[in-house]
Amino acid sequence: MQLTSPHITPESAPFWEAANQGQLLLRRCLDTGKAFFYPRDHSPFTGSAATDWIVASGNASLYSFSYSGRADDACCIAYVTLDEGPTMLSAIQCVDPTRLRIGQRLKVTFASTPSGQKVPVFELSHSD
Amino acid sequence: MKGQAFIVGAYEHPTRHAVDRSLAQLHADVARGALADAGLNLSDVDGYFCAGDVPGWDAPGVGPFSMVEYLGIQPRYLETTESWGSSYLHHVAQATRAIADGRCTVALITQAGRPRAERQRPDASHRSQPQTACEAPFETPYGAAVTNLYAMCAMRHQYEHGTTAEQLAWIKVAASHHAQHNRQAMLRTPVTVQEVLSSPLIAAPLRRLDCCVISDGGGALVVVHPSIARALKRPLITPIGAGYSISHLNGGYFDLLASGAVKSGADAFAEAGLTPADIRYASLYDSFTITVLIQLENLGFCAPGRGGAFVADGQLISGVGRLAVNTDGGGLCSNHPGHRGGMVRLIEAVRQLRGEAHPAVQRPDCALALAHGTGGLLGSRHGSATLILERL
Repeated sequence: MQLTSPHITPESAPFWEAANQGQLLLRRCLDTGKAFFYPRDHSPFTGSAATDWIVASGNASLYSFSYSGRADDACCIAYVTLDEGPTMLSAIQCVDPTRLRIGQRLKVTFASTPSGQKVPVFELSHSD
Repeated sequence: MKGQAFIVGAYEHPTRHAVDRSLAQLHADVARGALADAGLNLSDVDGYFCAGDVPGWDAPGVGPFSMVEYLGIQPRYLETTESWGSSYLHHVAQATRAIADGRCTVALITQAGRPRAERQRPDASHRSQPQTACEAPFETPYGAAVTNLYAMCAMRHQYEHGTTAEQLAWIKVAASHHAQHNRQAMLRTPVTVQEVLSSPLIAAPLRRLDCCVISDGGGALVVVHPSIARALKRPLITPIGAGYSISHLNGGYFDLLASGAVKSGADAFAEAGLTPADIRYASLYDSFTITVLIQLENLGFCAPGRGGAFVADGQLISGVGRLAVNTDGGGLCSNHPGHRGGMVRLIEAVRQLRGEAHPAVQRPDCALALAHGTGGLLGSRHGSATLILERL
């Protein structure tokens, strides 16, 4: 899987620091109680600045996915729906993407990028 | 908006590979072509509409002024709404309102691109989105290609509704049947469902023949005040309904199968006082086969999830099914200038309304047509524009 390094902004720095520690952070709207992705200071639901960080369980379900037809490009792009609610773009680490099925249970893991910054990716949950 | 303005000029660039024409030349070619079609000159233009495909766009504020200077026009009204390939459908609605408001009388809309001559892949523009885009840090590390994002829509549609690769392939088959009559189309040989299914896998589940062509070219339209239209003695084609909507990921709560067309289509039909059952010809953006299928459902031509059955067995071929789609061969077979389909598809709708489509694909007595564009990316964020036109 060929990943590139994210450009880290002050607004998102805690997300990336947590990723390096093996934690997936989400931003939560305090008015609605809903977690959202991608993280930003204000709520995309209400416009309010009343938001905070929460630690996600890392458990998710596969919403959709697509992999390249080229054998030398094993990366599988996916939208994964986190148990906390929001769906995020990511990648699936797996041996054979042709065996993936929508709805399968996933678990977050963290993969290194060239700068050393880790980014969240997902793999099949052992229970699935 | 009916009768407030008329499309009197339309021109599609014949090139598909513009190695010897600059981007500015292509814009000028189509501008002159559309004005000549209308019986007007560049000196008549007092409103100019363009999007992010003009040369110099990367320097904010410069591109449209440069184009105005290059063309040598003196507009008193300028619109530069950039909505990728859907820009030009939106521009027709904007031009109609500007004319109704007395802001201009002769509106010129141009579009052009030469990615094939520049050997530029579609991903070069989307994949390398500036790191300054708000979402970029959370998306660019994974290197999703344009094809991956559309493919995830197809994968989800197959999962939710049992849509098959064969059904999607019928969209390409219909396009190829139309393209055989278009001398300028890049791919003129009719293909079969089996040929689509046996083409190389690009981004599962989409195969090469599920994808549009990469081409150069462009097109232009001239929209004028009713008093000018009546003097020009061209067919009177007027916008009667328009809708525009932006769809995005909404904090992570979204439905990949509901594009901005749900709202833009409903708004356009409401303004026109029509329903999809009234439409016999539609120009729909067709970057991929799945794009057509989702737009058909979202615009209301069939129920959600029923798109597969709606397109199967040649139902989109003119003279076969109830609704003919993209009778020029579309982006799937004819052209996709600058990775943008809105302008050239809209021009085919004008041909249908004028009775100027190829006789083999012309709808009889075509007085109503719908054109719809998705600009940006189905499967992430995009702007949808729907336009309903009537020949009076």
